[in-house]
Amino acid sequence: MTTTQNPSPAATPSSGGDRRLLGGLRDRWNGLPRAQQWLWLIPLVVLIYALPVLNPPLLTTEPGTNFPIALFDAARFALLAIGLNVVVGQAGLLDLGYVGFFAVGAYVAAMLTSPDSVLTTIPYLWTLPIAMIVTMLAGLLLGGPTLRLRGDYLAIVTLGFGEIIRLLATIVGPLKGQVGFQGVGRPPGTDADGQPLFANSDGTTWYWLVVTITIAILLLVGNLERSRVGRAWIAIREDEDAAQIMGVPTVRFKLWAFVIGAAIGGLSGALFAGQVGFVNNQKFDVPTSVLFLAAVVLGGSGNKVGVIVGAFLVSYIPNRFIELAGYKYLIFGVALIVLMAFRPQGLLGARQRLLAYGRQAYQRLVGKPEQLASDNPMTAENGGDR
Amino acid sequence: MSTPSEPPVEGGLVAELELMTPEQRAAHEAEVADVVAPDREIAVAVGDTLLSMENVTMRFGGLVALDDVSFDIRRGEILGLIGPNGAGKTTCFNALTGVYRPSSGRVLLEGAPLGRRQRFQITQLGIARTFQNIRLFSEMTALENVVVGTDARHRTSVMGALFRVPRHTREEKQAIERAMALLEFVGIADRAADKARNLPYGYQRRLEIARALATEPKLLCLDEPAAGFNPAEKDNLMGLIRKIRDDGYTVLLIEHDMRLVMGVTDRIVVLEFGKKIAEGLPTEIRDDPAVVAAYLGVPDDDAP
Amino acid sequence: MLVTHLLARGQVLAQGPDWISFDVGAFVDQFWSNTFDGLTYGAIYALIAMGYTMVYGVLQLINFAHSEVFIVGAYALFFTLAALGFGPSAPNLNVFALVGDLVLAMLVAMLAAGAIAILLERVAYRPLRRRKAPRLAFLITAIGASFAIQYAIFAWRGPNPEPALIMFRQQPVFEVFGAIIYDQQIVIFVAALVLMVVVDQFVNRTRLGRGLRAVAQDPDTATLMGVNRERVITLTFLIGGFLAGAAALFYVMKVPAGVQYNGGFILGIKAFAAAVLGGIGNIRGALIGGLLLGVIGNYGQTLFGNAQWTDVVAFVVLVGILMVRPTGLLGESLGKARV
Repeated sequence: MTTTQNPSPAATPSSGGDRRLLGGLRDRWNGLPRAQQWLWLIPLVVLIYALPVLNPPLLTTEPGTNFPIALFDAARFALLAIGLNVVVGQAGLLDLGYVGFFAVGAYVAAMLTSPDSVLTTIPYLWTLPIAMIVTMLAGLLLGGPTLRLRGDYLAIVTLGFGEIIRLLATIVGPLKGQVGFQGVGRPPGTDADGQPLFANSDGTTWYWLVVTITIAILLLVGNLERSRVGRAWIAIREDEDAAQIMGVPTVRFKLWAFVIGAAIGGLSGALFAGQVGFVNNQKFDVPTSVLFLAAVVLGGSGNKVGVIVGAFLVSYIPNRFIELAGYKYLIFGVALIVLMAFRPQGLLGARQRLLAYGRQAYQRLVGKPEQLASDNPMTAENGGDR
Repeated sequence: MSTPSEPPVEGGLVAELELMTPEQRAAHEAEVADVVAPDREIAVAVGDTLLSMENVTMRFGGLVALDDVSFDIRRGEILGLIGPNGAGKTTCFNALTGVYRPSSGRVLLEGAPLGRRQRFQITQLGIARTFQNIRLFSEMTALENVVVGTDARHRTSVMGALFRVPRHTREEKQAIERAMALLEFVGIADRAADKARNLPYGYQRRLEIARALATEPKLLCLDEPAAGFNPAEKDNLMGLIRKIRDDGYTVLLIEHDMRLVMGVTDRIVVLEFGKKIAEGLPTEIRDDPAVVAAYLGVPDDDAP
Repeated sequence: MLVTHLLARGQVLAQGPDWISFDVGAFVDQFWSNTFDGLTYGAIYALIAMGYTMVYGVLQLINFAHSEVFIVGAYALFFTLAALGFGPSAPNLNVFALVGDLVLAMLVAMLAAGAIAILLERVAYRPLRRRKAPRLAFLITAIGASFAIQYAIFAWRGPNPEPALIMFRQQPVFEVFGAIIYDQQIVIFVAALVLMVVVDQFVNRTRLGRGLRAVAQDPDTATLMGVNRERVITLTFLIGGFLAGAAALFYVMKVPAGVQYNGGFILGIKAFAAAVLGGIGNIRGALIGGLLLGVIGNYGQTLFGNAQWTDVVAFVVLVGILMVRPTGLLGESLGKARV
């Protein structure tokens, strides 16, 4: 690797075209103290919760798709994308078998709650933590041997893993192939009319459940990102050998990224199984995995807000514009190529910020507030000419 | 437009420093140096053997890159490792930092063999290094690069970070203060918030040193730290290396530039064709006929 | 409580339904016919694996879209044969006319696959190389390209496979260990082998091949020595495309109804597994890996009694080999020995 001598100190907020609008907003946002940020977030969160009830005219996906269900879809996609972002965006590991973890989560929920299952049934909400634990084990099983390998091998091995899970669902008897499992469980509770609160036909309550879980996961993942764990991931993504030589146990942290991502994928799968109420082998193919990847890359890998936006677009567009639904893989496949060629950082690129205490330390030392460093991993010149 | 919530501290420390009297400045620097080296062992046992290479041989296929090389690094010294191109300096360096495992012989740190440890464990044992071809985490800020180094000493678990246990908060705070002090120590604090890849070349080299120091090494190995420097920058670097030693670290220096090596090291080991041909004080090495022969009789002409 | 429940149910499970069944009898009975048939499949895997292995050797890139290069070749083949009057029953042609038609169709397939491979390189990868983009960007582009091509075909031809094309009715030729060998198997195996030997000789004997090896070994030095790196890269994609086009002929010969928008996808993963098995970047490794994988997959299929186990077995082999010997059987040569 040669060093690109790039002494330009131009990483100030004023340079670069895209910072005028979105970036300007972001700079202003980052300038706010934490308490004020929270104050602004509250109405936004309220709005997000109110969406299925408001059913706003332009945004609505009806009559094509039931709007609350479309929102549920978007929310579960967002949850998935947050999990996949830990693996791809933070640690830089290309996981193409993410759908496998999603499938494992869905099957755990189905097999532990559906009357069609050979297993004993338990209350649905129990399956959420169990799905996470089982997918973590699956992640450990897959990641343990393969994370020692170079990144591109990992991509193809995970791709194979996703396929194996789908094939096993097809050919192993008790997993019931295309017949699948009917009557997957749901959280308890009925409304005034005696109807279940969490119905398969209505996405609203499910949407609220997933949004709540997503917010909790966001906070937890955010904690990780702002710690030595997140730093280790980025260091591994930037230069794995150098990271190890600087004392980062790289395999262990890669495994953690993988396992945490897997758990979130499994959780999303279990929620999906509950809402739909039916699980068979049809929804877990590799194209779905690539769709997940597209969500992360489209919004901006490494940026949590970005991947949520990406996930929303990837799930919302086919629901809103039904006529495009048949072309969604084509559209997002082309989108991946175009993005990598022209805007590798995605719609909202990740931006490195000084850590919370770092801002104070820096301010004390230099006497001016931190200037945000710009953009993201994909734009990096990597020197090695491969 | 936007008013930053915390009003800028007027001038800041960097500006303040310029107004300080020499005494104030020295006091401040001592303070920084204290933060930089929290567990200084300088008073404990200067001159003890810190690391020893014992009959280390490295073979790659039929090629013998290192042939029965033995030498010691003593606590608190700056040891120079020199030799013509292809003499085995880099191989030696890699054997000593645990990148390669010796074909025979062993490397002992404080009397304990490095053995079959992984590289991150060797760093945690107390050997840190910089890279000849700079390898920073280019998308991270300078400060974060250094904080990654301090993480080598941190004990927060993933679960601890997930739920922000008190240890996490404490370690995080200390790490950032220490990292900031290290940046000041190597003289690049004014660019702490810039991405590593946007730093000037000289800053990147210094950042590498700061990052390595952040791991609290017993031994700091510098791999050609002056590569690409002009004479003035080299002088600055010599000052920094001495300052690091004076702060209680032991330094191993691989360097091409004879003026720098002669000027800064306490002792020198010379390799040629994978063998150690001389070891001694800079003045002895300068007059050693074997060394002079190895360098074609012109020990001093490397300097530009 | 939950645990005891699960334990109790676990016992039921162990005796209850069939999780996985084995058919050792079938495995033993069909061992030799499986072996020879596996070699035939393996030869096809190997031809496709060459494309992966050569591109990897020169660019250190897993060209995920290579499976779509193959399927484009398969479509070109399909249309050519259909235009020549082939259909669901074997045509009534004499040997020379038949061979002539098949060779013509193969050449068209090779040209189509070669063209799409070069197009792919130009449109998708070259801009990234110009920008010196990180590895991850290349992989994502490769995935995107794979899906774009796959679903462009889907949008055009729909989800169903094209109607089967029978080229000739296979005839038994002789018997080995009780297994009947068909002429089709011999044709595929021998033709694939010849093609691979030609490429191997090309890479090892010619000036262009030397340039290719030089770039694989050390791109910077090769460039300094006057090798035109871009031309070598184009050449690599072209050869890979040609071989994939040729593979399309043999594949359709073997699996007449295999022309489908996603028909290349799993085949591509298996071919990549073959390349890794033999040692990626290594041309002879691709051959050995392909043949081994073909045979192993066939064994798995009979042993577990379901054709889809072939794929599972292939993936397990891939993961297994990466765990035990990531450089593959012949070593990951990256141009050090042979490309």
